[in-house]
Amino acid sequence: MSDTADRVKKIVVEHLGVEADKVTEDASFIDDLGADSLDIVELVMAFEEEFGVEIPDDAAEKISTVSDAIKYIEENKG
Amino acid sequence: MRRVVVTGLGLVTPLGADVETVWANILASKSGAGPITKFDASDQKCRIACEVKPADHEYGFDPNKRVDHKVQRQVDPFIIYGIDAAGQAIEDAGLTDMDEETRLMAGCSIGSGIGGLPGIESESLVLANKGPARVSPHFVHGRLINLISGQVSIKYGLMGPNHAVVTACSTGAHSIGDAARMIKDGDANIMLAGGAEGTVCPIGIAGFAQARALSTAFNDDPTRASRPYDKDRDGFVMGEGAGVVVLEEYEHAKARGAKIYAEVIGYGLSGDAYHVTAPHPEGSGAYRSMAMALKKAGLTPDDIDYINAHGTSTPLGDELELGAVRRLFGDAISKVSMSSTKSAIGHLLGGAGAVESIFCILALRDQIVPPTLNLDNPSDSCMGVDLVPHTAKKREVRAVLNNSFGFGGTNASLIMRKVD
Repeated sequence: MSDTADRVKKIVVEHLGVEADKVTEDASFIDDLGADSLDIVELVMAFEEEFGVEIPDDAAEKISTVSDAIKYIEENKG
Repeated sequence: MRRVVVTGLGLVTPLGADVETVWANILASKSGAGPITKFDASDQKCRIACEVKPADHEYGFDPNKRVDHKVQRQVDPFIIYGIDAAGQAIEDAGLTDMDEETRLMAGCSIGSGIGGLPGIESESLVLANKGPARVSPHFVHGRLINLISGQVSIKYGLMGPNHAVVTACSTGAHSIGDAARMIKDGDANIMLAGGAEGTVCPIGIAGFAQARALSTAFNDDPTRASRPYDKDRDGFVMGEGAGVVVLEEYEHAKARGAKIYAEVIGYGLSGDAYHVTAPHPEGSGAYRSMAMALKKAGLTPDDIDYINAHGTSTPLGDELELGAVRRLFGDAISKVSMSSTKSAIGHLLGGAGAVESIFCILALRDQIVPPTLNLDNPSDSCMGVDLVPHTAKKREVRAVLNNSFGFGGTNASLIMRKVD
């Protein structure tokens, strides 16, 4: 597992208060991890802080699973 | 006429996070005061508070018991305290499994005096230092005063009235009084009612200190700082926590065989129409509030055995409340016991009236009145009044009066008695 994936999962566990083993790469934030739309806004902010990337609103709207987040960050981090 | 009784209690306070622990500590004359630990207060005029203790403390509070991890991250402490106290009250009342019909007639009236001050403070710093894009999406609903009632209603599926009082330090008493009226009016059969506060933060302490409301002379001796009616009192000590009761229509409670603690029989409220922070110089607002509660209860001062005073330990306020009680009670003043439990847990602001109403209910249950700590040298005006100095006192308690007064000149009084 990549370093990015580890850090993303850690943030998800901390923010959503879910068990680490539930945070699989294909887990949906809303359907599988109990997040609502505002939780995703908060998660995206946390990813931006952690990885020093900017995730614009239109890109953030397309992030619905853990792997979506990892992929976006891998492709856009400096 | 629909009668309103109390069938459940919940407390989060600086002296414990469950009703029996708090009450035992109150009766044992313990103090919840200490140096401020939540932030570095070394540059503050007031460096002490009655903080809710951490989970690993002998009588600490564990938020994980009743509040989801996610909610804890999103909301201010007052909401966490309120959700937990409401949960305790629901469990105590045996109402954890309400059917839909019951929940349609069950509501919430849990307020706060100030609300999410720590979060407003910290997110303002985020805004200033990192810009608007870093402000939490949960900022607003994690700070709003009605979000205890909101969160509790969502957690327990309560679909009746959803209300939240904001009357500064009268909030807790107004919350219970208003909720009792909703039950009387038939809007609900069950109401979670109370108040919470959590403003032990730099701006909260600084703000009250600048208003010259906090004690500043006992920074090195915190447990002696809250000393209502004592000659050396110099302001209140900030407390935090929550008190929530389950109010229930009497026949409803009886039909399900609920344990009934007390009946709410009188509610009085008034405005000083005088000054934003100073009480009316003749205590006329306090007098009218108590007189209205007595009249509604159909009682005379002779019937009241215990008064849980507002008694915040400020030089002016204690004196004026005592004067108002003296005028209203006349000769009956010699028989009543009156104490301020703020001497032990500090001033819970919007939570005070609810927490102190619970102490009144426990005084009725156990026929014992809690003490006023640190009353070493009573003011001259205290002559002839039993202020229950230092130690709790066993005595007959038939009916109780709780007073709460707030900034803006808002006053509330509640009268409760045992149900035969």
